[in-house]
Order: sequence, then C-alpha cells, then structure tokens
Amino acid sequence: MVDMSSPTGLEDPKFQVRDVRVSYGDNEALHGISLDIPKTGVTAFIGPSGCGKSTFLRVFNRMNDTIPNARVTGEVLLDGQDIYGPDIDPVLLRARVGMVFQKPNPFPKSIYDNVAYGPRIHGLTTSAAELDGVVEKSLRRAALWDEVKDRLNEQGTSLSGGQQQRLVIARAIAVQPEVILMDEPASALDPIATAKLEELLDELKEKYCIVIVTHSMAQAARVSQRTAFFHLGHLVEYDLTNKVFTNPTDTRTQDYITGRTG
Amino acid sequence: MSDPANSETISVHQSEQAASRLKRRKRRESGFQLLGISAIVAALTALVWLMVSIVGTGYTAFYQHHMSIEVVLDESLLDPTGARDPDALRKANYRRIVQNTLYDRFPEITERRAKQALFKTVSASGATDMVRQMVYNDPSLVGQTISLIVPTSDDVDQFLKGYIDRDVPEDRRKLSDQQIGWVDTLVETGEIRARFNWAFFTATDSRDPELAGIAGAVAGSFMALLVAFLVAVPIGIGAAVYLEEFAPENLLTDIVEININNLAAVPSIIFGLLGLAVFLNFFGMPRSAPLVGGLVLALMTLPTIIIATRAALRAVSPSIVNGALSLGASKTQAVFHHKVPLAAPGILTGTIIGMAQALGETAPLLMIGMVAFVTEIPTSVTEPASALPVQIFLWADSAERAWAERTSAAIIALLVVLVSMNALAIFLRSKLEKRW
Repeated sequence: MVDMSSPTGLEDPKFQVRDVRVSYGDNEALHGISLDIPKTGVTAFIGPSGCGKSTFLRVFNRMNDTIPNARVTGEVLLDGQDIYGPDIDPVLLRARVGMVFQKPNPFPKSIYDNVAYGPRIHGLTTSAAELDGVVEKSLRRAALWDEVKDRLNEQGTSLSGGQQQRLVIARAIAVQPEVILMDEPASALDPIATAKLEELLDELKEKYCIVIVTHSMAQAARVSQRTAFFHLGHLVEYDLTNKVFTNPTDTRTQDYITGRTG
Repeated sequence: MSDPANSETISVHQSEQAASRLKRRKRRESGFQLLGISAIVAALTALVWLMVSIVGTGYTAFYQHHMSIEVVLDESLLDPTGARDPDALRKANYRRIVQNTLYDRFPEITERRAKQALFKTVSASGATDMVRQMVYNDPSLVGQTISLIVPTSDDVDQFLKGYIDRDVPEDRRKLSDQQIGWVDTLVETGEIRARFNWAFFTATDSRDPELAGIAGAVAGSFMALLVAFLVAVPIGIGAAVYLEEFAPENLLTDIVEININNLAAVPSIIFGLLGLAVFLNFFGMPRSAPLVGGLVLALMTLPTIIIATRAALRAVSPSIVNGALSLGASKTQAVFHHKVPLAAPGILTGTIIGMAQALGETAPLLMIGMVAFVTEIPTSVTEPASALPVQIFLWADSAERAWAERTSAAIIALLVVLVSMNALAIFLRSKLEKRW
C-alpha cells in the first residue's frame, strides 16, 4: 500500500482488483487490496506464512465461496466485468480461471479421464476423436505427453509427484482457461520436478495469465515478471520482479527478501 | 545438555535416574499390551465357547435316521372301485398302508398296544404323506410294492443319536424296551440308517421335528431383506448425500440430524410397534407378510445406512472436490462424479452391515405377525411367511428334545449367511478400493 499508483496503473489488465477485503467470520484476513494483473506473463505473490497470499489467490476464481463463513468485499474485474457481480456464475468463472493446488490432486481415474473431465462437463467437444485431440494437446502443452502417451489408461494417481502436478496443469489447460492460478505448485516437488515445472511455466506465460503463490523467493525471481509482496494481510509492494528483488522500496520487503524476516 | 549436578561428560539421558525412568515407562507400556492381549483372549474364548456350544448341539440336526420300508399298495384298501379317481386316491387310508407295512415286517406282533408302539417308530405323517404323494402322482403304482425310505420318528432318531439313555428306567423314557428292541433289530439289518438331512433345507416348518426345515423361513427372510434393501438403500443414500452436501445449515437440519442419530439407538421392537400401527392398522397391509417385515426392517436400517454414508462422504479428501470445482464443475457434479464414487466402498460396507443387522432382527417381526406357523414356502411378498430368526425363536420355545438340535442348526444357518454377507462386504470393499 506504499505506492498506490504503481499496482493499479496497468494498461489493459486482465484483472483489476479494488479494495478487496476477505474475512472469515469476524476475522479480517485481507485488508483492502488493490492491484492490476496483466493479460499474459507470470505474476508471483510472495510473503511470510499467514500473510494472506493464498486467500487472495482464491479471490480470483471465487474458491472462497466454498468456505462457509468467508466473506469477500470490494471489486474484482475480469476483463472489466465484476466477477462478484450478480450475473456471474462461479461455475463458468472457474472454467475461465483455472487453478492448480499445492498438493497434486489428480482424480483417482485414468490419465485420459483426468484431462478429459473438464471438456466433458463443459461439452467442449462433439466427438471422441476431437476429445482425443484435446487430451493430447493439453498433455503436450503441460510437457507430459511423451511420458504418458503409452499409458493413458493408467491411474493418474500412479504417476510421480511432479508428473501428477503437470497432469493437473494439463487438466486445467484442457478447459481452455484464460487464467491459471497456482497455489505453491512446487512445494511438494523435488528440485528436478520443480525445474521442469518452472520450464513449463516459462512456456505457458506466453499464452496465459498466470498467477502463482510461492514460498520460494528464488522461484518467484526465476519465473515471474511481476511480484507482489504481502505482509499481515496488506499488499506491501507490487512491481516488476526485477525491481522488487533488486531495489525494494519498503523495508519490510527488503527484510523479507534478504532473509532477515519471514 | 548435561545435568549440572553430575559430571560434565554424563548426559541427562545416561544417568541412573534416566535408566529407572525408562524402565518405568517400559513397564507401563508392556502392562497396557498385556491388558490388550487378555481382552482379546477373553473375547476369543467367549466366541469359541459360543461356536462350540452351538455347533456341538446343532451338528446332529444335519443327519437324520431313516427307515427303508417295502410298501404294499393294496388295491382293496386304496381303490376298492378300481376307478383310479384322483380325489378318492387322495383321501384313501394311507395310514393303514404304512401300518400294514410295519406289521408285515414284524409278523410276530399281534397285540394292539404293541402294534401302536411299533407304528410310533416311524414318522407317521412323514411316511403317510410320502406314500400319498407318490400314488397321487402316479396312480398306476396301485397294486404294486414299492421301496421307500422314510424318516423315523423323532424319538427313535434322538435315541439313535444318543440323547435317550437306554439305562434310564423304562417309565421315564420316551421309548419302551420293546421299541428299543425293534429299533436295534432294524439297525442291525441296515433297515434304519443315518442319512444327510436334506429335509432340513428343503422343508418348511412342521409340528413334527423330523419333518421340519428352514426353507420357508429362509424364503421369508430373503424376501423381507430384499424389500428392506430396495427401500432403505435409495432413501438412505439419498438422504445422507443431501444432508451432508446440500442441506442448508439451520435449526431444522440440526434437528433432523440429531433425530437420525437418535433413531439408530431406538430399540428395534419400537420399530415393530410403528410398523404395526402404520402399515397394518393405518394402511391395512397384510399381516405376517414379508412386505411389511421388509418395510419395518428398512425403517430400522435407515439410520445405520445414513450414518455410514455420511461418514464415508466425509472421509473423501476435499482436495478432489476442490479439483473438480476449480475446473468449473458444479457442486452437484463434484459430489456425484467424484465424492459419491469414492465413498462407495464405505457406503457399501455400511449397507451390508445394516442388512446383516436386519437379517438377525426378531423383535419387530414379532410385532407385525411374522411369527405365524407357516407350512408353505411363500411365493410373493404379500403371502404370510416366517423369518429365520423368528423360526429360531419358535423352535427354541418347543418342548421335544429334537427341537433343540434344530434350533442350533438354524442358528448355524443364520450365522453362515451373516458371515457370508460380511465377507462379501469385505471383498467388495477391497475390490472397489483397488479400482478407485
């Protein structure tokens, strides 16, 4: 909240967030966040545990709706349309804004059925051949096709952790979203799987608006173009990643990225 | 980390006190293990005792002594007119035919009382009914001599199984010395032999223990259980899924929830009273019918199925549901595509356990009249029928010695069905869990 003109002054943003507050019961977790997120590229949310970054991420696809006593106020515009408005169906919103969770959560079904689930429920394909194509394209885009093309009928849960996370990304891509939210997607992965995932993010950022929550500052520095630093429910700093990591304006940011707090 | 009182080199975990603390801790742990083992031994002893007592009493009911007889189908007795009229053939005096057969076997017996005693060694209604049925089916048999194997009377059977002691004074036992003499002769010649008691599985209830079987009760139980299954499973699972996933959180839902949990603890006889009041008196459904029995059992099983289903749904990882929701699945789709299939093994187990419970239930069936003496196998759910546990209850109440072994045998049959149902539950559970 230091430099209000910078976080919201983006030209042609994907998301415009204005004064968003999230509370669970009487406990306010986010205290008035405003920022803009660009149409493509990776935006990283960093900050110490409990700072509200994951809660904020769930604002973008209204996953907070599923928590019984959560309340969201403020304005979140997706391409200029308020996603908390009365004419927005959260079900359709989540088709446009996909999400990948911290722990890989493939369905206990075959690899094929995992990827085909989204297109099936939304009726995106008209023939089996078309669905096959979508599954292949999604798995290719998630850099998993070569590893699983001969065993599409095997259980998604039989894959390794890194493969499962890429399967979940393929599953999200298959719905043809515009935005992909990722909540600490690499925290359950080993360094090699993490490297693969980051490589994948680098490719995906050309086409999608990606928002990633991460604990690892090195990861944020490697994969993101913009970084937002959260602290105790406040947005402290939001700027180009380069600038946040080399020349932070707020001492709290500086303390966190240099490892003095956090 | 060292204790300041000790030397600098000895750590707090190497001192003598530490050793005694560890000893005490180990003693407590092994004490608990001992307690657990003795609990299991006690439970196993009770179980083995039960099984030994039931099987020990019941196994003799699975064989039965039969007598081979040569029956002369005397035309002058059965069909004096020679018309072979089926009606007349049915009404003919088969009792006399069987009596004559026995008198011919022991021609030296002439005294009337002795003759009566001789006739009592064979199952009177069993033998006469068998001959009548054969002649009725094939009237051309009249005038011929046929070989038959008929059950002995229950007293002879019990004597040969060792339950009637020949050393007891004659006036205090069911068989006279004379009868024992005849039986000994017939056993020696091989005319009386023990055979597998098929009738126990194919016959219905009877006043004569040697003719009684569990087929009618099994059919009644099966039908009642089928009705209970068809009613309780869809209603129970539907209610559980709605309550767990979709019901708004308000006072009404809380009240419904508390009442379902309370219903699970209501004594089953109350459900019988409810069935009597609602199904019989208000809706006028037939008495003693498996349909009503099944409905009552369904009411009784509902809470079990609902509670098991809700527990199974709650055990499904929320990450799977979140995954579906994040792809744009609606709540209903997430529940029915992912949560219910994943909960299926648990739901199935709960259902089968509920059904097994219902199978063993006696009290509610007594209230709605499924305690009748039924000698025909029911062919529809509205016909009067008995049920296996009720049959056990009825036989346990009967006086003759032969009923005791049949009661135990029926219990064995019931236990076999229950164990198979539970085995099926375990099998299906492991199979379904592999698939998912």
